[in-house]
Amino acid sequence: MTMKAKRSRLDLRNGRIDLSHGAGGCATDQLVKGIFHKAFDNDWLRAANDQSAFAVSAGRMVMTTDSYVVSPLFFPGGNIGSLAVHGTINDIAMGGACPLYLSAGFIIEEGFPLAELNRIADAMGAASREAGVPIITGDTKVVERGKADGVFISTSGIGIIQAGLDLRSDAARPGDAVIISGSIGDHGVAVMSKRENLDFDTDIISDCAALHGLVAAMVEVAGSSIRLMRDPTRGGLAAVLNEIANASNVGLRIDEEAIPIKPEVAAACELLGLDPLNVANEGKLVVLVAPEFADALLAVMRAHPLGAQAALIGHAEADDHCFVQMETSFGGSRIVDWLWGEQLPRIC
Amino acid sequence: MKYIDEYRDAKLAKDIARQIAAAVDPARSYHFMEFCGGHTYAIARYGLEDLLPANVQMIHGPGCPVCVLPIGRIDAAIALAMRPEITLCTYGDLMRVPCSNGSSLLKARSAGADIRMVYSTLDSLSIAEAEPNRQVVFFAIGFETTTPPTALALRFAIAKDLPNFSIFSNHVLTPAAIQSILENSDARTLGNIKIDGLLGPAHVSTVIGTQAFEVLAEEFDTPIVVAGFEPLDVIYSILMLVRQVNDGIHKVENQYIRAVTNLGSEKAKREVANVFELRDSFEWRGLGAMPHSALGLRPKYAKYDAEKRFDMVTPAAQDNPACECGAILRGVKKPSDCKLFDKVCTPDSPMGSCMVSSEGACAAHWIYGRFRGPGKADESSRTTA
Repeated sequence: MTMKAKRSRLDLRNGRIDLSHGAGGCATDQLVKGIFHKAFDNDWLRAANDQSAFAVSAGRMVMTTDSYVVSPLFFPGGNIGSLAVHGTINDIAMGGACPLYLSAGFIIEEGFPLAELNRIADAMGAASREAGVPIITGDTKVVERGKADGVFISTSGIGIIQAGLDLRSDAARPGDAVIISGSIGDHGVAVMSKRENLDFDTDIISDCAALHGLVAAMVEVAGSSIRLMRDPTRGGLAAVLNEIANASNVGLRIDEEAIPIKPEVAAACELLGLDPLNVANEGKLVVLVAPEFADALLAVMRAHPLGAQAALIGHAEADDHCFVQMETSFGGSRIVDWLWGEQLPRIC
Repeated sequence: MKYIDEYRDAKLAKDIARQIAAAVDPARSYHFMEFCGGHTYAIARYGLEDLLPANVQMIHGPGCPVCVLPIGRIDAAIALAMRPEITLCTYGDLMRVPCSNGSSLLKARSAGADIRMVYSTLDSLSIAEAEPNRQVVFFAIGFETTTPPTALALRFAIAKDLPNFSIFSNHVLTPAAIQSILENSDARTLGNIKIDGLLGPAHVSTVIGTQAFEVLAEEFDTPIVVAGFEPLDVIYSILMLVRQVNDGIHKVENQYIRAVTNLGSEKAKREVANVFELRDSFEWRGLGAMPHSALGLRPKYAKYDAEKRFDMVTPAAQDNPACECGAILRGVKKPSDCKLFDKVCTPDSPMGSCMVSSEGACAAHWIYGRFRGPGKADESSRTTA
């Protein structure tokens, strides 16, 4: 007869992470089952293996990985957990793929409150259930106090691409239409509004969302006439447009007045001396599509809740310099460049 | 956005551009220097050059506090920050300015110096309060705009009795720099530049008022229009300058009436006068040493003066000899005239200070206007001695 050792319960209200939670022993097991398995609950995790097995169908698969180190951890419209799920799903979706499974790795700082970890895990569980993309494997490490900033999360994911679709970053051609799925800068401003040294009041919430449903609708109507898709996260719209221009060896010309920006975001950027084109998004995508499909694609995007504000913002053109140029509302033109260094408020 | 959108009305801007086109004399050219980096930024950011007639040339001036700080002062700050007891606080723009031996504040921080980026002087006070065992030094730079907050920080430090707070003052004065530009004392080495009028600084003028520039307009027969930083402000101020030139007059006009008065802010000026006094001389990057062009702490605040408290020494340091920042800051050369521009000097790896701040002439041209190539430079505006 065997007897299981009696364990004390996790104190989810007042408890804190200590080094034993990452030591691989009983406390780790208790943490993983008490927080992560509970929040992500699915058959694969219940099987309690070091890995998860699943069936694959024929065709091409995609795999991606990303790490999340956002500060603060909680912000209007989301937290690091929902961000980690949505971000990785979106990276898969930008390949035109249907996301299947995620993994999640946690690096947690000694002293981190269990209640906050529980909130983060719950948000991840909710986000993955809502998206229909389960988290089927993971890892937990604890580092000494001062060696991390609360919690860092790495998520990987795999997905499957429907036959005949091949989105490549070098596929843009002169004449292609450039479409964005909605207003820019919402996530970056929402996060900045809660940073300790900025801390300003705004009603803006992060646009953090999983875009694979929108992408599926787009692929259905435009299929292989979609050249490529990118989500303009860190570095904002400007970075993504420059990446596309350089990868495809084309220029891009966009119209300042056509780019959707919420007045509150514009006002916050003005206050901070930031350019909304460089501010991060977490629930938007940029798509380049053959010009004859632009109207149909716009219509299907606008019919989806995550693309209701979709707008045609410009087109690709032949340009050996691969410049991204913008027609300003004044009738002038200027380059839209990558962000060089960290975007900082001006001195005066 | 109230108070913003009104100054970004494209229809109105185009209307003013038409007025400028109608007003300019096609038989002559107009060369206007925008003193402030903020104006340089607005011109580049909104593509205003495209709205001006070909014979109206804008010349970028030295009005970027990051650009005019000599590298010796940054070397001195880094040497101080490397001391184990020191926490150096400064504004973000300064972090990437290249100084001697390929270093910068950012690189010094990577090498172990405790250098912290702050958004206001009060942030550095909070650090001093929270960490009484550290010596917190605020690396203060900027024109008249940022000087009052530094003065206030000192007053608060005294009121809070913070013995571990001090200031490394690098505040400089706008009228002295304008005078140097208009005197053109370095013509033999840097070349000559024709200036028909000046866009005067906006934020600076909210503190010192328009009257600070009257003697300059009169002495150098040069019209000055104090201009706001919004695109409509800038383009309307250019129209005001064109009109003055056409009428042969040279006075100070105030376009930025919603923020600037003739006398400026008496309260701010009082705060500054209480804390600071004129330095006999101060070196400006690209402009050399200029008398009475900067502010140091008054002797009665010596214990809050980092230079005295820590026996700081400003080493003589030379810019990269191929770097044309000096000539560019004076408007003698354009960014694209520099051999380093777009080759080894980019915002990613700036060789000179003009490529660091978004308000620097080189950075503004690189980031927003390099598709123009060398630009519509009017070579007749430049003569070299």
